[in-house]
Amino acid sequence: MSETTLGGIMGGIAGRMPKFIRRADPAVLTAFACIIILLLLGSLYSRSFLSPEYLLQQLKVASFLGVIATGMMLVILLGQIDLSVPWSVAAGAMMACAAAAYGPVGVALAIPFGVLCGVAIGIVNGIGVAYLRIPSMIITLATNAVAQGLMVVYTGGFSPQDSATAAMRYLATGFTIPGVPNAVIIWALIGAAMVFALTRTSFGRAVYGIGNRERAAYLSGIDTRRIVMIAFAVSGGLSAFGGVLLAGYASKAAQSMGDAYLLPSIAAVVLGGTSILGGRGSYLGTVAGVILITLLQSILSVMQMPEAGRQIIYGVVIVAMLLLYGRAPASR
Amino acid sequence: MKDWRYWLAEERGTLLAFGIFIVMFAIYSANHPAGFTANVVQTAANKGVLLAFVAMAQTLVVITAGIDLSVGMIFTLTNCMASWLVVGTGLETVFGVLAVLGTGLICGAVNGAIVIYGRLQPIVATIATGAVFFGLALLLRPVPGGSVNEDLADFLTGRFFGVVPASLLALLVIVLIVWVPFSRSELGRAAYAAGSSETAAYMSGVPIRRGKFLAYTLAGLLAAIGGLFLTFFTYTGEAAYASGNAYTLFSIAAVVLGGVSLFGGKGSAIGAIFGALAFRTIGDLLFVFDFDPLWQPLFQGVILLIAVSLGAFALFRVRNRLEWFL
Repeated sequence: MSETTLGGIMGGIAGRMPKFIRRADPAVLTAFACIIILLLLGSLYSRSFLSPEYLLQQLKVASFLGVIATGMMLVILLGQIDLSVPWSVAAGAMMACAAAAYGPVGVALAIPFGVLCGVAIGIVNGIGVAYLRIPSMIITLATNAVAQGLMVVYTGGFSPQDSATAAMRYLATGFTIPGVPNAVIIWALIGAAMVFALTRTSFGRAVYGIGNRERAAYLSGIDTRRIVMIAFAVSGGLSAFGGVLLAGYASKAAQSMGDAYLLPSIAAVVLGGTSILGGRGSYLGTVAGVILITLLQSILSVMQMPEAGRQIIYGVVIVAMLLLYGRAPASR
Repeated sequence: MKDWRYWLAEERGTLLAFGIFIVMFAIYSANHPAGFTANVVQTAANKGVLLAFVAMAQTLVVITAGIDLSVGMIFTLTNCMASWLVVGTGLETVFGVLAVLGTGLICGAVNGAIVIYGRLQPIVATIATGAVFFGLALLLRPVPGGSVNEDLADFLTGRFFGVVPASLLALLVIVLIVWVPFSRSELGRAAYAAGSSETAAYMSGVPIRRGKFLAYTLAGLLAAIGGLFLTFFTYTGEAAYASGNAYTLFSIAAVVLGGVSLFGGKGSAIGAIFGALAFRTIGDLLFVFDFDPLWQPLFQGVILLIAVSLGAFALFRVRNRLEWFL
C-alpha cells in the first residue's frame, strides 16, 4: 500500500520536474532525498558538516564501501547474493600485505595478487552457483568459512605483522589530483567501468536478462552459467580490491576487518533501488545507497553513539527504508 | 508403495544424519584418550546441544523456504539477557527464564512480521534485525560478565542417574513440547506447504501467513533456549559478534547435514539435531587426533563446503536442462 501512495506522490511531484528526474527510479530519488535530509540533520548538529573538507573526507570513506558494493550489485542484479564479502575483503588485504614481504617482486605484485585471491574465492562461488546449482546464499557462506579458515591458519589467529606497500597506501590515501583523494578517483573509475559494462555491453544485457528470468535468458542463447560465474569472480575480485585499499588506508591488514562491510554493502545496493530478486536496478542508485550508508555511519559516530546504539539504529533504519520502498508484490 | 517406503523416503535425510553422527561419534570416542565414558558423553552432549537448539530454530524457518540469518544474534542476545535475569531465588530465576524465553519469542515474531507482513526478503531482513539484536546484546553486556543461578545451571548441565546427560534430556523435552506439536498441527503443515509451493498452498486456502509467522516466532524461542543453555554452561553473558555469526553459519551447516532442503518444504528438526551433533563431533575429531586447533575453522569450513556441494548430485538425475533453472 505504501508503495502505491508513495509512487503516486512521487508521480505527482515528478510531473512538474525536468525530464531527467521524471525518468529516474523513485527509489533512487528517495535515496538522494534521504541523503539531503541526513546532511541537513547533520548540519543542525554541527556547523562543519557541510564544509567541503568534511564532505570530501566522507566521499573517501565511502569509496571503500563503493568498490565492494559495486561487486555486490552485479551479483544481486543476477538475483543472487554474495555473503563471502567479509573474508574476501580480509583475504585480499592479508594476501596483498603478505606478498609485500617477498622482496621487490612481491611488492610490485602485491595488489594484483591480493585481487587474484579474491577472484579465486569468487570463482569457487561461481562454480557452486552456476554449475552445481547450489543456492548462492549457502555456497558463499561456505566459501567465506573456508577463506576464514585459510586466513586463520596463515596468520596463526593474530593480525598479520606484514604492512601495506607504498603503492597500496598511495592508492588509498594519496592525491593525484590536488584536493581529490585517490580512493575517490578509483571508485569513480570502477563505477564508470561498471556502468559501461551494464549498459553498453552484451554482458550487461545478459546480467539483467538472467536476473529477470534465467530460463528465458538461457533459451535466447546466452551462456548463463558463464555469465554468473564471471559475475561472482568480479564480485570476489572487487571485494578483495576493497580490502587492498582498506589495508592501504590502515597500513596493515587485520582479522575480521571485512565483517563491517557485509551488511553495508548489501544495504547500499538494496537501498539504492536494486531489486534483491534481481533484474532491476541502476548503478546511480548504488552510489546513492553507498553515500547514504556512509553518511549515516558518520553522523552516528559524530554524535559519539556507542557501538551498541549504532548497530540498533543501523538495523532499524535499513528495515524502515526497505519497508518504504523495497517490498515484494503481494501474493495473489 | 507400501507405507514403510513412504516413511523411508520422507525420513531419508534424518536417517542419513543419524548414521553420520553414529559413525563420527564412534570414531571420536574410540580415539578419545578417556574412551567412551559418561564424562566424555556429557561434555560432547553439552557442546552439541547448544548447536542443536540453534539448528532446530533454523530448521523451522528453512522449512518455509526462508532463512534466518539472525538466529546466532538472538542466541547471543538471550545469553546476555540470561546473565542478568536468571539469578537469585527460585521464583526470581523462574521469572528470569520466562523473560528470556519471551524475549526470544518477540525477536522471532519481529522477524516473522517483517518478512511476512512487511514482504521483505528474509536474507536482508534478518541480517538487519540481526544487527539490532546484536546491538541490544552489546547494550546489555558491553563487557563480558554476569552470573547465573548455579544450582539450576549445574542441574541442567550435569547427569541424571550418573550416566544420562541432563542437557540431552532437556533437548528431548523441548523436541516433545515444541517440535512434535508444531509439525503435527495445522499451522505446522501450513509452514511445510508454504515452503513446498507457496502459490499452490495459497490457492488451496492453507493459512500460509500464520503458519510462516508461527515458524519464525518459534525459531526465536528455540534460539533463546539455546542462549539460555549457553549461559548455563559458561556462567556468563558475552556479546561476541564472531560467536553469534559462527552459530548462524553452523546452524545452516547442521540443517544441510540433517537433510533439510534449503528450498523449503522438506526435512525435520530431528534431522537437524543429528546434523548439529554430527557437525560438532566432526569439528572435535581434530582434537582427538592432536591437530593444531588453528586448523579447526578451515576444517569446519571445508566440511560445510562439501556438505552443501553434496546436493549437486541431484543434477545428474536432471533430464531436461531447463530444470536447472528453478
